[in-house]
Amino acid sequence: MAPSPPLLTMSKITKSFPGVRALDGVDLEVQAGEVHCLLGQNGAGKSTLIKVLAGAHQPDDGTITWRGERTALRSPIAAMRLGIATIYQELDLVEGLSVAENVFLGHEPTSAGFVVRGREARTTTAALLKRLGHGEIDPARLVGDLSAAQQQIVSMARALSHDVRLIVMDEPSAALDPDEVDNLFRIVGALTADGVAVVYISHRLEEIRRIGDRVTVLKDGRAVAGGLPAKDTPTRDVVALMTGRNVEYVFPDRPVDPALPDPVLTVKGLSREGEFAPLDLELRPGEIVGLAGLVGSGRSEILETIYGARKPSTGQVTVDGRVLRPGSVRAAVRAGLGLAPEERKAQALLMLESVTRNVSVSSMSRFSYGGWLDRGKEREAALAATRELSLRPDNPSVPVRTLSGGNQQKAVLARWLLRGCRVLLLDEPTRGVDVGARAELYAVIRRLADEGLAVLMVSSEVPEVLGLADRVLVLREGQVVHRARAQDLDEHDVLDLVLAGGH
Amino acid sequence: MTQPVSPARPVAPKSAPSRTGPKAFRPDIRTLSLVGVLLALVLIGGVTQPDSFLDTDNVQLILTQASVIGVVTVGMTFVIISGGIDLSVGAIVALASVWATTVATQDYGFAGILFTAVVVGVGCGLVNGLLIAYGGMVPFIATLAMLASGRGLALQITDGKTQVVTVQSVLGLGERDSYLLGIPPLVLVFAAVTVIGWLVLNRTTFGRRSVAVGGNAEAARLAGIDVRRQRLYLYLLSGLCCGIAAFLLIVLAGSGQNTNGNLYELDAIAAAIIGGTLLTGGRGTITGSVLGVLIFTTITNIFALNNLQSDVQQIAKGAIIVAAVLVQRRTSTTSS
Repeated sequence: MAPSPPLLTMSKITKSFPGVRALDGVDLEVQAGEVHCLLGQNGAGKSTLIKVLAGAHQPDDGTITWRGERTALRSPIAAMRLGIATIYQELDLVEGLSVAENVFLGHEPTSAGFVVRGREARTTTAALLKRLGHGEIDPARLVGDLSAAQQQIVSMARALSHDVRLIVMDEPSAALDPDEVDNLFRIVGALTADGVAVVYISHRLEEIRRIGDRVTVLKDGRAVAGGLPAKDTPTRDVVALMTGRNVEYVFPDRPVDPALPDPVLTVKGLSREGEFAPLDLELRPGEIVGLAGLVGSGRSEILETIYGARKPSTGQVTVDGRVLRPGSVRAAVRAGLGLAPEERKAQALLMLESVTRNVSVSSMSRFSYGGWLDRGKEREAALAATRELSLRPDNPSVPVRTLSGGNQQKAVLARWLLRGCRVLLLDEPTRGVDVGARAELYAVIRRLADEGLAVLMVSSEVPEVLGLADRVLVLREGQVVHRARAQDLDEHDVLDLVLAGGH
Repeated sequence: MTQPVSPARPVAPKSAPSRTGPKAFRPDIRTLSLVGVLLALVLIGGVTQPDSFLDTDNVQLILTQASVIGVVTVGMTFVIISGGIDLSVGAIVALASVWATTVATQDYGFAGILFTAVVVGVGCGLVNGLLIAYGGMVPFIATLAMLASGRGLALQITDGKTQVVTVQSVLGLGERDSYLLGIPPLVLVFAAVTVIGWLVLNRTTFGRRSVAVGGNAEAARLAGIDVRRQRLYLYLLSGLCCGIAAFLLIVLAGSGQNTNGNLYELDAIAAAIIGGTLLTGGRGTITGSVLGVLIFTTITNIFALNNLQSDVQQIAKGAIIVAAVLVQRRTSTTSS
């Protein structure tokens, strides 16, 4: 495949957002007629990379070469004109318009420059749909009336209505039934036979084995492997690349004497239909328990259900012998639980506000008398909590959005520290945190445990769970498949457990 | 960066917290520019109508007219900061003003009128709040429904007639004898509502929670804030402000009419927006909103003094809203 010059070469692509470097010098090379798979965990940079490729994001640095020429994809239209089409996971169709109108949205065939030639659009659309194996979809139907699978076909027809040379598909199989997936693969095969390149994003390794030619693995905004053979690279190696360490993290020492008091948190038979099976768990002050599992294993759902953000189907959560009201965040917070959620910006932070106000938001009654805030006391308490965690800059008056990812996470931790919480639930604590700042966060988490907090953490990074936690629960498809002390596990054991049956 | 944190890390003594935090009084560029616009308007008024504009009577008139819509705007500002909207304020003012001026209510005198106006306002706010916070309705829809039915009920009560107020103690509040140091009582009420509103927004947990809910409702919920109860309270607050405004309007007009408070919802929203309140929630100031009200009222006054028709006023208002938002967008992008 090497001799012909690549269709697309992205080189040293860098893109930063406030507080986080989403892409850090990524290379991607795609040949005409190949299926190039892009793999990586949530937050690894896949979405940012394809948005750069679609012209929706402008890279801070790096070069893009298209058919041998340097180019800049200044807008989605520019990318479209070159022949790069993107089918996003959240389909960008207009539900109130017909199939044909959606397919030709923005480039309608017109007479006299503005009168849409509807019949021509419908005829062409029908031909496109037939080529995609879905001739049964009526081009005049409203897109909103179609099934998810049919909508995806429409999205693909829209891509093909342009003179397309590269199609990016973002998790196209996520919403499809198995036989629909077969049809999808047939379409991908037909496209590549015509010389069209496909960049295919999926979490499902077995799909990549079936249709992929080469694989690029992203992790933490870097391409940790480029152009691996999709069919021959062992699954374990691929997963190790996705979840493994690419720097030597420094993990803090575990306490030598694990004589632990009685459990502070007890979870009994907790389950949510379709998300995770009944779970039993005990958490003692001073220990860190890790949940290891891939995306979709139910790990975040478990954390949020314990916290009351989701209502359990069965089971109960007990803190200090008192049963929490199910599905009530306020009950959980009052009992001493604190959550540092996975999507920090969407679920935890008030981005327009200062660090102080973000830290104090859960403990306002401590600085107020009959609702009246003592702002001096609030500021001092927030300052003390952020200093305790060495949050930088050492000035809690700055807006929280100006902080780096690691320091934003510390602001969330400081919130619960200030509240005096006793059980910390950490969902992907180092997501979006620069690699260099992680060791410090690990040390902070361990120190909080040493000071008597019970910590339950979720991470898709196996080394992180093994390095930080005392005990580990391995999850697969909503089930706990293994429990062990972290010292007794190694990365490969866990990967095998996480993937069992997947190969 | 990778060095582990040690608890022994020296920290600055607690007695010297960094004092770079927000000062008690630090007017931002936004507020200053609004003050500038207001001063420019005063200048225009003074130049075009040197005799009548700066006359004490006229200044009193401007402030009195600003009082009614001003009180409504304070409530509206809270609602918008929390990410909501209240389209029913004008209808609530109308309903409260006619309910408080029926013959039956007027039998109970001053207290009866004041009490009824406030209770009707809070009652409407309660309905809005319950529908939105616990019924899961979109604020736009719930308050639009309240707008329609509130106006309808007001018409039903009055049968389209003007209900003249006969209670002298109420009418007396609008007369010159009751001015305190030259300040009309209505203006004092407006000032008090403004100060209380500012304090509630900036110095209480209620204000903080309102901003948190508007800035990121999901984060507020996961931080342990009772988002639904907070939303209920916010619409109650807006209703309360409408009730107070209705009473002021009764004093000002000496009557209750079902057409009262016409388009107050738009005036209040516009004043809050030019005052710098984000329509998406999470940011806003009482000071800005009150300046917005004063700017609009002053414009209306200048146009009236210069015998310009209300159509020209409307066009000018629209232009000011657009200009203010454009200016704010520029200052907010350059300052951050």
